[in-house]
Amino acid sequence: MSEASTMTDQIRVLVAKPGLDGHDRGAKIVARALRDAGMEVIYTGIRQTPDMIAEAALQEDVHVVALSVLSGAHMELFPRVVAACVERGITPENTLFLGGGIIPDEDAAALQDAGFSAVFGPGAHTGDIAEYVREHVPELDRS
Amino acid sequence: MTTETTATPNTQPNPRLSGRLAELEERLLDGDRRALARVLSWVESGDQRGREMLRALYPRSGRARTIGLTGSPGAGKSTVTNELAKAFRKRGQSVGIVAIDPSSPYTMGAILGDRVRMTELYSDSDVFIRSLASRGALGGLSAATQDIVHVLDAYGKDVILIETVGAGQDEVDIAGAAQTTILVNTPNMGDEVQTLKAGIMEIADVLAVNKSDLPGANRMVSALKALLSLNPDRGWDPPVVRIVATQGEGIDKLAEACDSHFAELQASGKLQSAELDRARQQITSLARANVLNQLHTESGEEHLARLANDVASRVSDPHTAAAAWLAGS
Ligand code: B12
Ligand SMILES: Nc1nc2c(ncn2[C@@H]2O[C@H](COP(=O)(O)OP(=O)(O)O)[C@@H](O)[C@H]2O)c(=O)[nH]1
Ligand SMILES: [Mg+2]
Repeated sequence: MSEASTMTDQIRVLVAKPGLDGHDRGAKIVARALRDAGMEVIYTGIRQTPDMIAEAALQEDVHVVALSVLSGAHMELFPRVVAACVERGITPENTLFLGGGIIPDEDAAALQDAGFSAVFGPGAHTGDIAEYVREHVPELDRS
Repeated sequence: MTTETTATPNTQPNPRLSGRLAELEERLLDGDRRALARVLSWVESGDQRGREMLRALYPRSGRARTIGLTGSPGAGKSTVTNELAKAFRKRGQSVGIVAIDPSSPYTMGAILGDRVRMTELYSDSDVFIRSLASRGALGGLSAATQDIVHVLDAYGKDVILIETVGAGQDEVDIAGAAQTTILVNTPNMGDEVQTLKAGIMEIADVLAVNKSDLPGANRMVSALKALLSLNPDRGWDPPVVRIVATQGEGIDKLAEACDSHFAELQASGKLQSAELDRARQQITSLARANVLNQLHTESGEEHLARLANDVASRVSDPHTAAAAWLAGS
């Protein structure tokens, strides 16, 4: 593989925690796992508003917006993040939206309707998450 | 180069861009942040479209002030960058930030965490932050940093702050990349001061003693001043500024120290000569990379394998072989 192609193929991921939820262990583990899978992970820390997350996604031109919430506020927060992103031209067509945390199955289905490509819960294998990202990023419209 | 072309860099018409790129350039110059973000990605990854955009935008660059921040990991570079950005915004200047963290040499992956300290800047549309991974660039200063800075400059940023991985060689690299270099120190660096090698002290234009809320700040200031007194005279005495970045203390002083340094660069003519040095440095490193890329093609590798055989079996010698490889025969 030539150096140029590795660089162009570099996947950039934003890992963010919206809302007041302080459970950041899962987000950090996912961030590290994606880094170890060769991706560039921009970590913004806890207590982010949907606008802050969307703004970071815009400036960093990421392929993936990965959100983590364990507090139960995901149904309120996740769709608001997508809305703030769409306002800035960051849509599920050009960016992969992933969610994770304590998320019941019925909520996961509703989140997929809201633009989330996939949702991962407790016990998810980080290898599967990285694999999912690698498989679906090439399908995005990055023109 | 004639002085006339240096003095009027903007009279040349932009090289023509094709439809889609021309539209993107127009959006970027119109202040569209998403267009800027995409162009930065192309430029960073060495994409052909990035090269074309850079060629079109480059004549518009050269107006921004550039300030580099370096220092050990954890010294507070990101926190200081955040505070400096606020200080320049208070003066009405727009700010671009390039924050570099290391890539893993094994996986090429990276965690870019500098933004954690800059979240209060997100709501200000006149601040644009871009995180960069070093992507294996020697010295830790991402190879694409200069190009990213050129684009932010052409976009119209008044001040560009460059935060680099604080380790080893990149401290010297960043001195080449920015007009003013701030070295961020802390009181609890202890014995590290001893290892602040002459090279680092010589490239620092402004020294900050951050975390001055912790004990030992005064001692650190004295230690740095003592080290500075050993520097050869270069017409500029780097000021040592005590700051507490987490409380915004001393930041105005730090910004003023940067202003004084910039004024000195202008007055002494060093601003121009440093710009020439930067240009020369970027040309040579790009040329070097180009030559290597041209050599490491498939046929080049085959040629290399044959030459290695010849050298190992004493049919040829290394110098003759290297010349043959370069000549492609
Ligand atoms: C550890 C823990 C804590 C620690 C958190 C430490 C930290 N810095 O993270 C502490 C003790 C501080 C804590 C505090 C609280 N906690 Co707590 N905590 C837990 C616990 C036991 C484990 C969470 C954990 O770290 N798991 C390990 C990580 C690796 O797993 P994970 O986060 O689930 O992540 C995995 C997947 O979900 C997924 N994933 C997660 N995020 C993402 C993101 C993306 C993009 C992707 C792709 C995947 C993904 O991948 C990960 C790897 O498999 C859970 C119970 C549980 N079993 O989950 C309760 C739990 C989350 N806590 C709970 C509560 C209520 C609290 C408190 C409010 C308690 C209180 N009354 O004070 C406080 C609130 C703290 C705050 N500021 O928000 C509740 C939440 C209830 C709810 N959702 O309705 C839980 C579910 C316990 C329960 N059954 O009641 N907690
Ligand atoms: N006590 C104290 N801590 C600080 C100060 N500035 C930064 N820090 C802390 O130092 C740590 C590292 O800061 P960061 O800006 O990320 O450092 P960097 O690695 O050099 O970019 C963080 O926990 C900061 O909150 C300061 O002035 N005083
Ligand atoms: Mg930092």
